[in-house]
Amino acid sequence: MTVLENNSRDHSLSGGPAIDFAPSGASRFTSIVFRAREFGIFGILVVFVLITTAIKPRFLAAQNIKFILIDTTIFALLALGETMVVISKNVDLSIGSILGISAFVSSNLYQQFHHISILLVFTTGIGIGLVFGLINGVLVAFGRVPSLVVTLASLYIIRGIDVLYVGGQQVVASSLPSNFLSVTSSSLGPVPIISIVVAIVIFVGSYYLKNYRSGRDLYAIGSSDLAAGLVGIPIAKRVFTSFALSGMIAGLAGVIWASYYGTVDSTAGTGYEFTVVTAVVVGGVAIFGGSGSAVGAAIGALLLNTINSSLYVLGVSAFWDQAISGLLLILAIALDRGLGLYVAKSLRKRSSRVAS
Amino acid sequence: MFSKRKTTTALLLGASSVALVACGTTVSSSTSTTAASSATTQAASSGGSIKTGLKVVVIPKVIGNSYFTTADSVQSGGALAALQSLGEVGSETSGTAATPSSQLPVIQSAITQGANALVISATDPTALCPTLNQAMAKGITVVTYDSDAPTCRDLFVNQASTAEIGTSEVDLLAKQINSTGDIAIVSATASATNQNAWIGYMKQELTKYPNMHLVSIVYGNDDPATATAVTQGLLQQYPNLKGIISPTTVGIAAAAALLDTPQYRGKIALTGLGTPNEMKKYVADGTVTAFELWNPANLGYLAGYAAAELASKAITNAPGQTFTAGKLGKYTIASDHSILLGAPYVFDKSNINNFNF
Repeated sequence: MTVLENNSRDHSLSGGPAIDFAPSGASRFTSIVFRAREFGIFGILVVFVLITTAIKPRFLAAQNIKFILIDTTIFALLALGETMVVISKNVDLSIGSILGISAFVSSNLYQQFHHISILLVFTTGIGIGLVFGLINGVLVAFGRVPSLVVTLASLYIIRGIDVLYVGGQQVVASSLPSNFLSVTSSSLGPVPIISIVVAIVIFVGSYYLKNYRSGRDLYAIGSSDLAAGLVGIPIAKRVFTSFALSGMIAGLAGVIWASYYGTVDSTAGTGYEFTVVTAVVVGGVAIFGGSGSAVGAAIGALLLNTINSSLYVLGVSAFWDQAISGLLLILAIALDRGLGLYVAKSLRKRSSRVAS
Repeated sequence: MFSKRKTTTALLLGASSVALVACGTTVSSSTSTTAASSATTQAASSGGSIKTGLKVVVIPKVIGNSYFTTADSVQSGGALAALQSLGEVGSETSGTAATPSSQLPVIQSAITQGANALVISATDPTALCPTLNQAMAKGITVVTYDSDAPTCRDLFVNQASTAEIGTSEVDLLAKQINSTGDIAIVSATASATNQNAWIGYMKQELTKYPNMHLVSIVYGNDDPATATAVTQGLLQQYPNLKGIISPTTVGIAAAAALLDTPQYRGKIALTGLGTPNEMKKYVADGTVTAFELWNPANLGYLAGYAAAELASKAITNAPGQTFTAGKLGKYTIASDHSILLGAPYVFDKSNINNFNF
């Protein structure tokens, strides 16, 4: 199914003039089907919100919306980086650990230097993420080690460094200046400003992935690295860049995490990688690469957080939260598989009609 | 692995060199305190004074937790400080996760290295027992602190009585909300023994306040994100909520950060078990009036002291035995072979800035 998403100028991979393999009618058709995929998640989201609000109207109180959006912001941002990695048929499991070490080191700067600029704090967090992202990238892209193994190793190594470095220390809210805390607390009505900023970043990132050559290359690599190599796509370079970006984004997410929670020790972000991979897959990004969008992944993150919050608001046991996440995951994969088969069949029919 | 071993060696070297310097002066003073203890124990402790140079290994649940660092370290006046002042060779080591599988190898290696005593916070009440029994069979003194393994240790140093923590937190909250209104509890995990025991006493104490209603107990799993989410759920589910008790440091900090808005500040009271550093901001801005905790450094100090007393055979673990634990004063071993540190300590605006942990 993954090779079939060709909704724009995609096959101009070799840099030459665009060659349309499929008739434009088919192209439009697949585009509609896969957009339906994103609308599907959105539909589930709306249903959940409506049901919860009907039972507990306060679910849509400004303060609760704000809470869900802030929480989603961190996961959606991580999901942007993860999407870039997953569409090229890789996975980055180190993001939770990178978030953790970035959150501590960056916010701890305030305890060491009281009047440090907030820009420097953000730069430090992003820089830490970039360093680890580069290491992941080198090992995966140039060392040819499977990303699952590399990032699983860096998940443990980075957390280990974090624990050794942090020791029993802790960043506490009273040591953080108000301008740092207000990064996540200031809002426009019920919408936190940081969420608006991150949403713009995600839209730009998603557009870039779908419409720029280096972005499209990632889809091509994920669809078939063999074919991508044959048409001259610099696979190693692209994959390397995607890991570097994913690391940077996790570093940035760490700083935002510190600003929101205010209390940081060596356990921050533990297990986040699984939530993010879940959000990405539920959001319509194929786990074996080649299709999906960062916007879809962000909606996936929003859906998971909304379900989570609605269960708490309804007073349902937290066990159901995890069970529902698992169920959604299976549904998403089943839906992808079904859609893929359907599209493949329809396209075969169409192309045979065109041929005759 | 390599760096971890290096750190441990460095710790051991550091601790022993300090201990060597310290031994001459402290032995005499500790002997005198033992001699000065009450007449009832004179018979038992007459022959024994505290030996020096004992190898005592302090094993918290996990390395890198600020609570245990305070309980154990020399700087904060914890277990290693007590051992140092007595002239013992103390060291702190544990795993990187608070699980029995991570703690067991550490206990094994302490036995192999010929420790005289272990001071341990058990990650599980039973899973460590085969190994701890093996240690006791070799004559190693086993003292648990913070979290007990009741069937396989010589002595448990209890931070605060379960009943007292449960009842005092309800009383503290009642004072803040005029004994009236809906309240909720933000606990750690649904399976945590100490949490459930405290909550049991809270429910019992609540019967004294007919106008306070416990509407919900939620579990934040000692994870800031989960604790924040469940607290947020509470606020939406119970619009008339007047107070929250969170008997866990992670839960109370997360709840405080969430309530730290003009909308909730001063309208929903929050109390429970917290550390002063984590709560300073919220006490200063009025989100939290008062909360409590025992002093972890004193807990560690008492455990270290008791381990040295027992390993020196200056006292036995028999109920009724007493000893004087340096600056903390006199303690008596209770019938279940435990000693109680004391009443929980209440932190508020007037005293919070005197603490740094």
